[in-house]
Amino acid sequence: MCATCGCSEETHTVVLEQDVLAKNNHLAEHNRAWLAARNVLALNIMSSPGAGKTTLLERTIRSLGGAPVISVIEGDQETRFDADRIRTTGCEVVQINTGAGCHLDASMVHNGLHELDPPRDSIVLVENVGNLVCPALFDLGESYRVVITSVTEGADKPRKYPHMFVVADLVLLNKVDLLPHVDFDVDRFVSDARMVRPDVTVLPLSATVGTGVDAWLDWLRDKCARVCAPAV
Amino acid sequence: MHELSIMSSVVDTVRERVPDATVTCVRMEIGKLSGVLVDSVLFCFDVVVAGTNLEGASLDISSPPGRARCRACGSSFDLDDLIFLCSCGSADVQVLSGRELRITSVEVA
Repeated sequence: MCATCGCSEETHTVVLEQDVLAKNNHLAEHNRAWLAARNVLALNIMSSPGAGKTTLLERTIRSLGGAPVISVIEGDQETRFDADRIRTTGCEVVQINTGAGCHLDASMVHNGLHELDPPRDSIVLVENVGNLVCPALFDLGESYRVVITSVTEGADKPRKYPHMFVVADLVLLNKVDLLPHVDFDVDRFVSDARMVRPDVTVLPLSATVGTGVDAWLDWLRDKCARVCAPAV
Repeated sequence: MHELSIMSSVVDTVRERVPDATVTCVRMEIGKLSGVLVDSVLFCFDVVVAGTNLEGASLDISSPPGRARCRACGSSFDLDDLIFLCSCGSADVQVLSGRELRITSVEVA
């Protein structure tokens, strides 16, 4: 206490030593346990805006034809456009609008999962907000992280946005049907992706025309077989 | 701009830990490889503390540089980016520092 005016001048240090993302990570682990208890495979699908996330989801859902069941959490700043597109495939979908937020976090996905209520032995595809920076830092409780790049974006994306690629369990190179029309070096893209994330699998495909989609579906079935109880 | 939500969670954490004290300083470690920009964090801070017991507090940030150790050859080296490659050619690298993102302490009145 200050003797002159009575104000409290003295301060003391309180040691916190706490990770800033501890709360998000705790909730993400809660989501992970909840999904595991239901044998649900959850993928966090991330890319820049316009790389083809929603188109890939539509093709994936239609190709698998309900075996296993897929449900979707859509993340966008605004609108229900993507949820409406996904709904035409016949699958259950929850739209999360983040407003000013540039990424999904574990709390949003927690609420989304409860609303979605996915059945046992199924797949939940979480389409993150289109952004190659911010979503990389936030664990949602997913089983795997899938990063999509399209050939119209440039082959240098892995080294320009390393935080995104360093967390990728799978990289999908989309829109390869446009390769004859753009200057995109696939070998350089693959080698740059592996500089950031050694040994990462890169699957070239076109969600629009279907090239290479079978390899992606095989990857998905393989991961699903490890999580979901019945043979897929 | 994930820094805004990150700083909102910093304020939430501090308010939970010291709800009744006036906070005059927040000390953080934000490593150079953390993916969080110190300039953006400083820019957000005044906005997220407004109307809380952290209003008017200073923000003291240390930024540990990236350091790594190669599991193949055992050497330690600086890491300026997320390309985990040792000069011996191995990518089997352990990050020792630079990814910190934490609140170390606060000063309270």
